[in-house]
Amino acid sequence: MVPVTDYVALSAILFTIGALGVLIRRNPLIIFMSIELMLNAANLAIVAFTRVRIVLEGQIFVFFVMTVAAAEVAVGLALIVAIFRTKHSINIDDMNNLKG
Amino acid sequence: MNAELITFIILAIIAIAAALGMLFSQSAIYSALFLVLNFGTVAVFYILLNAPFIAMAQVSVYAGAIMVLFLFVIMLLGTELLPPSKALPWQRPLAIFLAVILFGESIYLLFIRNVTTGDVPQPVETFGSPQAVGQALFTSYLLPFEITSVLLLIAMVGAIVLTIREKGK
Repeated sequence: MVPVTDYVALSAILFTIGALGVLIRRNPLIIFMSIELMLNAANLAIVAFTRVRIVLEGQIFVFFVMTVAAAEVAVGLALIVAIFRTKHSINIDDMNNLKG
Repeated sequence: MNAELITFIILAIIAIAAALGMLFSQSAIYSALFLVLNFGTVAVFYILLNAPFIAMAQVSVYAGAIMVLFLFVIMLLGTELLPPSKALPWQRPLAIFLAVILFGESIYLLFIRNVTTGDVPQPVETFGSPQAVGQALFTSYLLPFEITSVLLLIAMVGAIVLTIREKGK
């Protein structure tokens, strides 16, 4: 088996790219995709550790993370559509109505 | 160098390139398609890690359902046509600086904690198979599984409530 360190390093790289996407991009759809990428990187690390320890619980947990991600995307995209209808823009910098 | 390591390296390069492609594409559609490629390579990693059920769930739920939803919303909004707005001037350097710190921290922790590098025992043949995962889901983890179904129902109702247009408005 490939050393688990390699998998965790790859997971760290993917997570960092996702975090960078959240910080750099101004399109909320891309920010959402970056969040999915980060969740995916975390899942990869969990599955790698599951393989080393040979416990099935990690895979069960990854399954639950996937369902929660699916629910999150459904609600989040509905929110983006609703915001686009009222503001006619999805630039994240325009969503500053709560700013004092 | 064995075949598994070569596969890992090639797939890792593809996964990182796809993630960077998602990050730097100007078009949201290209970003979504790069992310599908990334999810596909991660699914192959799951197969290498003896998790075939998770790999199939990855392909069908992430690369299938979630990304189709993304593409659908991108095309529905048509935001490709909107002009790009100005970003804050200090945002990009600060973001790259923070990302480098995050990456440095995680790599530092990886080496300081000295994770297991010795020989890993080979699991039994059925480890991670749909049968084994299903058995665990429907016996030990039945309550979380049922709560998940309620969560999905809540998400569905929430999405409908958020996007429905009332008559006369």
